[in-house]
Amino acid sequence: MGVRVWAACLPAGSIAVVSDPLLQMRGIDKWFPGVHALNHVDFSVRPGEVHALIGGNGAGKSTLLKVLTGVLRADGGSITFEGTPLVCGSPAEAVRCGISTIYQEVNLVRTLSVAENLLLGRAPRAWYGLSWRRMRMRAVELLGGLGIDIDVSRPLGSYPVGVQQMVCVARAVDTDARLIVMDEPTSSLDARETRRFFALLEQLRARGLSVIFVTHFLDQVYRISDRITILRNGRQVGVFEAAALPRTHLVAHMLGRSPAEVEAAAGATAAASAVAPERPAAEHATTLGGATPVLSVHDLGRCGTLAPVSLAARAGEVLGFAGLLGSGRTELARLVFGADRADSGVFEVDGRRVKIKGPRRAILLGLAMAPEDRQADGLVQDLSVRENIVLALQAAGRRGAAGGRTGSENAGCGDAGGRGGGFGWGARARQRSLARRFVEQLGIVCADLDQPVRNLSGGNQQKVILARWLACRPRVLILDEPTRGIDVGAKAEIERLVRELCRAGLAVIFISAELDEVARLSDRVLVLRDRRAVGTLERSRISEEAIMAAIAGKGGQEPFQQP
Amino acid sequence: MSLLRRNIPLLASVAVYAALYVGASLAYHHFCSLRVLINLFEENAPLGLTAVGMTFVILAGGIDLSVGSVMALCSIVIAVLIEQHGWHPLAALALALGLSTLLGTGMGCIIHYLQIAPFIVTLAGMFFARGLALIISVEPVPIRAAGHAWLGGLGIPLTGQLDIPITALVFLGALFVAAYVTVLTPIGRSVYALGGDEEAALLMGLRIGRTKVFVYTVSGFCSGLAGVLFTLYQSAGNPSAGVGMELDAIAAVVVGGTLLTGGVGGVCGTLIGVLIFGTIQTAIIFDGRLSSWWTRVAIGTLLLLFVLLQRALTSATGRRKAQHVSG
Repeated sequence: MGVRVWAACLPAGSIAVVSDPLLQMRGIDKWFPGVHALNHVDFSVRPGEVHALIGGNGAGKSTLLKVLTGVLRADGGSITFEGTPLVCGSPAEAVRCGISTIYQEVNLVRTLSVAENLLLGRAPRAWYGLSWRRMRMRAVELLGGLGIDIDVSRPLGSYPVGVQQMVCVARAVDTDARLIVMDEPTSSLDARETRRFFALLEQLRARGLSVIFVTHFLDQVYRISDRITILRNGRQVGVFEAAALPRTHLVAHMLGRSPAEVEAAAGATAAASAVAPERPAAEHATTLGGATPVLSVHDLGRCGTLAPVSLAARAGEVLGFAGLLGSGRTELARLVFGADRADSGVFEVDGRRVKIKGPRRAILLGLAMAPEDRQADGLVQDLSVRENIVLALQAAGRRGAAGGRTGSENAGCGDAGGRGGGFGWGARARQRSLARRFVEQLGIVCADLDQPVRNLSGGNQQKVILARWLACRPRVLILDEPTRGIDVGAKAEIERLVRELCRAGLAVIFISAELDEVARLSDRVLVLRDRRAVGTLERSRISEEAIMAAIAGKGGQEPFQQP
Repeated sequence: MSLLRRNIPLLASVAVYAALYVGASLAYHHFCSLRVLINLFEENAPLGLTAVGMTFVILAGGIDLSVGSVMALCSIVIAVLIEQHGWHPLAALALALGLSTLLGTGMGCIIHYLQIAPFIVTLAGMFFARGLALIISVEPVPIRAAGHAWLGGLGIPLTGQLDIPITALVFLGALFVAAYVTVLTPIGRSVYALGGDEEAALLMGLRIGRTKVFVYTVSGFCSGLAGVLFTLYQSAGNPSAGVGMELDAIAAVVVGGTLLTGGVGGVCGTLIGVLIFGTIQTAIIFDGRLSSWWTRVAIGTLLLLFVLLQRALTSATGRRKAQHVSG
């Protein structure tokens, strides 16, 4: 059993001198229209600790942090920072109070130099104005103190995201922050960058700074944090010492189950996965053996982006792309979909040679892609659930007839395609019924169909994207990191959907950074390394270890090189 | 290397200007003379000033369409106050400058506090100022006051018959101050941060509102000063002056290497942009055979080329960034 330590209680058997908490949030309440986003949440941070704040999507992490940093105002509760009540109405004010925030996306000005990004707002002055020389010196000194050695006069945007993220931290340290809030800072870093970032965190901790760390990576939670606060559905589930909380218990608390139940499930999964490789292979041998691939691609490549790759997507099969961040997974998907122009390559759909010159053509041929960054590329945030679902249908109105011809009965799309996404009232009614059907089928949780997508959780947004593409009745569905940044439950749901779609005869290309997911789901896995395909694993050989070995190269010892 | 790369747009502008100047000097007799150069500054001072103001606005990621109209309004206000109301020239100039600054501040406040797109707000400001100028007087009003003429005749003697006139001096002075503000003051750097990434600048704790109002105020002031120079140079106020000037100013800023999206560039580039503008104009006048509208064709072509160059540069860096982010 995990040792349950409530906020402000003494840690059991503590070695350290018990100090007053640096931050104390008590009984925080926050209402959004129709949603009790935070329900009497208590949260406290001690000086000099890394405190992980975790929970599924919609658990209230972001809302809690926004209340803390002054972006949102709480409807109830009190916040004490360093013993005095904290009132701040904006992030800028929070910074002045000693609370800095590092966001998921780097929030510095990329066009300015590193030095300016570090020191803007309190740059050293000379009698004639800003002293650039002293600014550079200060910046070098500051970064040097954190073990970062870069040219500070270059624009920040010319550095990789990992470095940018560290510059963010350096700035926070220099603004005399006592508490740094990090909202998924490692989500866009690769393994090496993450290691460096954690080394930086250790340094901050050693200096007595406190860090609130939000992440979806459980490994990282255990690697770095001292204590863990778990939120679920806007309530605080518990505060634990990281060392005393078994991983299964953590997952159990996140899912709102009892730890014992999860342990049993984990055992069952392990047992199931031991026999899993045999069954689907046999199934496919009977149903699909020798069938022409829906889509096959030969020597598709683009100079500087991806070495030529060949692949085939078969109906009823999941083709996984696996590889490290930056290995070319997304690039390949974009080339297949025609989103980027390829230098070389031949496409075949149903064995007929075709040209894919752009996404529009790809959609007409029966391809669909849910892009990696759903915020930026996938959804129109201000449009409603219904509008987002019918969007692709409108773009590809002509595709309707084609969809009817191929007659793929995927996910029971029924009559959707034939009518296109026309305008007018009749169409609107049909749009509604179409949208409602998908909302029900995919289990999208929303207040109503006209709710803006902005207000949905990540997992539900992802399902809206899925629904949109399914509405066009595609034959090949490309999912680029559909599970990124969504909670465990939603992940399982997406996996289940992918399986169902496959069973309905869709060819799915599935991309994920999480190898276990790819291994579980895929019938074949295309492994990429350093922007080239290094091999394809067939069903019987797929396992996390096999993929890792493929990524690592033959010996498995070869160090990774980032391109 | 990176320093070079960052300054490619500016270097390109300088190269174009140098090529133009050398080419025109070789092609036309007497083109390469001090007098022509000084005339270049004198004639283009009003455009140059509005372009300096525009540089601030564009660096901050905004746009100001009102500059030409505000300049015209100021010129006619000065002329009418001096000629018809007997004001002292200096008092009239001060009032006009105050008026234009206030207009700029007002537009800035509307843009920031009411969160309305600068394009619309300054478009409204453009109509407002132009209309007001034409209400004051439909016809140009010549200024005959001795004090004003004396002011316009000031200058720094260079050689026996050649002065650097006050208009050129004011332009260069404004340029100097603007360069100082953008490079060496906190508010100047805030302008860059605001144009680079408004959200980030806000989160960095910079005073976004103040900076936004500041750039439109500067632009208003510069337009007013352009109006003052206009009256000094033309000895008249003209309510129809500067029609389309806002676009010339934008063109000069962009040709000078400032990104239209904000955050990158500077006033030194704007000087080059204005000089390119003026040199083409002068060269065509020197030629005598060409229609003066060729200026527009040349500027249009240059503008397109420069935007293409910027596009190529930004997409090159953008791609590099994308490679790091995506998997």
